[in-house]
Amino acid sequence: MCIVVPMSLGQTFLGLLESGPRHGYDLKRTYDDRFGNTKPLHYGQVYATLSRLLKDGLVELDAVEPGEGPERKRYAITSAGVTDVDRWLGTPEKPEPYLQNTLYTKVVLAVLTGRPAADLLDVQRAEHLRLMRELTRRKATDDLAEQLICDHALFHLEADLRWLELTTARLDELAARVRS
Amino acid sequence: MTGSPLLVAADLRKSYGPTPALDGASLAVGPGEVVAIMGPSGSGKSTLLHCLAGIVVPDAGEVRYDGQKLSGMPDAARSALRRTRFGFVFQFGQLVPELTCVENVALPLRLERVPRREAERRAAEWLDRLEVGDVAGKRPGEVSGGQGQRVAVARALVTTPRVVFADEPTGALDSLNGERVMRLLTAAARDTGAAVVLVTHEPRVAGYSDREVVVRDGRTRDLERAL
Repeated sequence: MCIVVPMSLGQTFLGLLESGPRHGYDLKRTYDDRFGNTKPLHYGQVYATLSRLLKDGLVELDAVEPGEGPERKRYAITSAGVTDVDRWLGTPEKPEPYLQNTLYTKVVLAVLTGRPAADLLDVQRAEHLRLMRELTRRKATDDLAEQLICDHALFHLEADLRWLELTTARLDELAARVRS
Repeated sequence: MTGSPLLVAADLRKSYGPTPALDGASLAVGPGEVVAIMGPSGSGKSTLLHCLAGIVVPDAGEVRYDGQKLSGMPDAARSALRRTRFGFVFQFGQLVPELTCVENVALPLRLERVPRREAERRAAEWLDRLEVGDVAGKRPGEVSGGQGQRVAVARALVTTPRVVFADEPTGALDSLNGERVMRLLTAAARDTGAAVVLVTHEPRVAGYSDREVVVRDGRTRDLERAL
């Protein structure tokens, strides 16, 4: 099975380990509760990440407890691990350029082939707004984490919608350019 | 929308001089429904809202509220309808600066001859509900933009109207205050069964609606029904 490990999973584990040593299962559960949203981690991801952190000297084994099944290992962060978390938190994320855009491609193709591009944009607009309503309903909770996650998605959808509006307003201009 | 519509606009046309603001706009709003009217600046969305609310009389087409034709009503009856069945929230609260916030909210009740004490008691309840009970005794100039707009929402709802018309109600607010106004406005409207007709150019504000209608060049397009 191919396991795709999220790029920042290692640093997130290190951050969670700063408050004290934990078992792999405990790390997975805490990660899923706080950050997993609709995508809980696979155990394979958890143990692959922990063995990489161990190999890199960013965590160490705090205790190995015998159990009925396999041994239970408890991991602790090292000072190199703390430095790594510091460095990661202090480094800005690269903004997404969003230049490869399927929607833009569809609009140009619709214009080129004489299909109603305005309808395509309106259908997309309705779909975006449907999802925005769903997320707005999900926000009606006291859970601040849920609200912030939904807001992040809502602001991105809003940016898409503004682009859809602008493109709708400029369709004639676009048609003149791509057909010339 | 299910059941009979509460408010219906059919083929509205309205021009200001040679410029058509509405050019065949139609819309139906059900009881308790929250409908967002969106569209570019100058597309006619505010004119549509004003026609629906009986503030502007269309050149052609008709608006019916609860089966009654608005344009057929005498001015006094239309004014009474606006006072008792409709509530209004505008971009800038348009509160009376000389009155305190509780007096502002009580004003629509006072116009209906509700005694002062009773009107202010009900107004204070609405201020609490809109989480601005602490500004009851202050004048509009002494409260923040977000608080003032929540006072305006309380004033719109104090008569328990059947339709609330909101024209860019968050247009002058930052994101956090705008969200708060929308959350409280739509929650209160749903509790009281009021429909909301919401003009906005902000997609996140439209996210609080049940349905979106787009106005372009004075014509309406109900995207979700077209799907």
